[in-house]
Amino acid sequence: MQPLVISRFSVVNSLGRGTESMLRALREKRSGLAPCGFETARIDTYVGPVPELDDFRVRLDLQDYDCRNNRLAQLCLEQDGFAKEIAAARDRYGAGRIGLYLGTSTSGLHTTELAYRRRDPKTGALPADYRYAKTQNAYSLGEFVRRYLGLAGPGFVVSSACSSSAKVLGNAARMIAAGICDAAVVGGVDSLCLMTLYGFHSLGLTSAGPCRPYDVDRDGISIGEGGGFALLERAERVESGAIQLLGVGESSDAYHMSTPHPEGLGARIAMQQALDSAGLEPSDIDYVNLHGTATRSNDASEDKAVFEVFGRQTPCSSTKGATGHLLGAAGITEAIISVLAIEDGLMPGSANTRSVDPALKCNYLLENRRAKVTRALTNSFGFGGSNCSLVLGVAQ
Amino acid sequence: MRVFVEGVGLLGPGLQGWEAARRVLAGEAPFRSASTVIAASELLPPAERRRTPVPVKLALAVGQEAFQNAGRDAASTATVFTSSSGEGETLHQMCETLASEEREVSPTRFHNSVHNAAAGYWSIATRSREASTSLCAYDASFGAGLIEAMTQVVSWHKPVAVIAYDQPYPEPLHSARPLLASFGAALVLTPEATGRTSATFEMEFLPGEEKSARMSDSALEELRLGIPAARALPLLQALARKTRSRVVLDFLTETRLRVAVSPC
Repeated sequence: MQPLVISRFSVVNSLGRGTESMLRALREKRSGLAPCGFETARIDTYVGPVPELDDFRVRLDLQDYDCRNNRLAQLCLEQDGFAKEIAAARDRYGAGRIGLYLGTSTSGLHTTELAYRRRDPKTGALPADYRYAKTQNAYSLGEFVRRYLGLAGPGFVVSSACSSSAKVLGNAARMIAAGICDAAVVGGVDSLCLMTLYGFHSLGLTSAGPCRPYDVDRDGISIGEGGGFALLERAERVESGAIQLLGVGESSDAYHMSTPHPEGLGARIAMQQALDSAGLEPSDIDYVNLHGTATRSNDASEDKAVFEVFGRQTPCSSTKGATGHLLGAAGITEAIISVLAIEDGLMPGSANTRSVDPALKCNYLLENRRAKVTRALTNSFGFGGSNCSLVLGVAQ
Repeated sequence: MRVFVEGVGLLGPGLQGWEAARRVLAGEAPFRSASTVIAASELLPPAERRRTPVPVKLALAVGQEAFQNAGRDAASTATVFTSSSGEGETLHQMCETLASEEREVSPTRFHNSVHNAAAGYWSIATRSREASTSLCAYDASFGAGLIEAMTQVVSWHKPVAVIAYDQPYPEPLHSARPLLASFGAALVLTPEATGRTSATFEMEFLPGEEKSARMSDSALEELRLGIPAARALPLLQALARKTRSRVVLDFLTETRLRVAVSPC
């Protein structure tokens, strides 16, 4: 594929607001996970919350879109000067020439959960102030961000569970290559809600403590909330030395709705395709940011796939012990972490992991490692067997 | 962007399969509205058929019809699923449970609640490990699926199927987001002409709000406006009529898609 420059990005999650905060936390190997105190959830688990959302309100002219997920979207757009940069890009390209491809798994679902507690006792009707289109619908996020940024180009929301906001980089790359748009804002936002907490709990997939990816005693995920955005532009418009999206790979497991393929077959196809589309060999990759959810099955199957492609040498780690699993925002967040790994020469060690499962064969990093990272690959896998791998690197 | 249309699938009220519906859309037979009949998919093992949510059955049924008409193997074809409503019944049941004292949600229901449930079941049923995505753009969901699928065909130079589907919500969500009926439409698109090619699509992304194509039959126009997946109807009508035409499709605010349809 034609490489695209990732010229700007912004991020918010339990590690902090903005890229600097997240990088500092990664350098300190800090975790944002804490015992679950979300709303009325009574589940013995840890979460990665963004506490300022409770009192945050979206921009007044967009207040009909006010819900936890869109608050998180706006908070994220306000970091790292991102919204201002997009305004400048709008002047450069024209509002209609910038695409918008965003991922989310649950959008503003928490609003619907709350509305269901206020149903009319006689008719069962939802309260009159319930706004389906602007909160619950998956595209609520897309419409909110489109209006917030004043964009008028093509776009949509990808909702393929936990691979959503990795896959949007592929959408942007294809749309730009086809000339449908000249640049694209990509991203993902997912906020805490009862559905995911109780749902993952019902599957026995939530850990009672902070999640421990690749640990011999790992026992499930910690759900987090977060958002990330990036501006993708054609390489010729930007100076060399910039970080680029070099390759994208997408596949399906064809195995099970909520369990990954035991041999990591779909994951392997996605990684191989990402390398092929970048025109690279596995040995060209310096660091792999794993999906690494800390469930028994994910880490075991991903390890097989990564080992098959990269062997024992390539350093790899999951950053979910720090952020928690950001579901539909995991892909973009970990793509940004991979960009930071390249810019800062930091391969993040795995927060909360104590001793690596001896059954797992990859070169898993418990401690931070300082080294030159020229290219990184990042994995995102989701329910329904949806897999996506991205290759990022410095322009040569 | 130019692609070739190889197979079509269609299910809607009074539009029971592409073969029957094309005569209605071509004006050769009258449109008589009737409930959409969604058969359990033979693609799924018997044990799964009963548990599968209705929107998934709908998506699988139109997808399967399109592949049959295309004479193409679904296992080696990428897919783009697009839906405004997703998994409504599952959402409703989960929200009811979460509003109750118990809160004990069903694990199966939880994994069926994801917007890409149809894509997941499809890939299991067809054994396809190809790329698959699941989109939503509210009322513009069909346009989103079509532009993404065409872009994939052009980028990868491989066949891609787009499967658009919407199933009405149960109450109380139905009152908040009324959808007129169950409706699904699927197209198998290829980068080059094949023995089964029936037409080509050439698409342009249009800024602004050019007037979009309407259905001359008022009942069909009501469907087009009442169900996001049914925004495909003017395009399907152009295919059914087998005449050259330019169809302007609804997309996002301030945008339209113009598709030049040429029969082969």
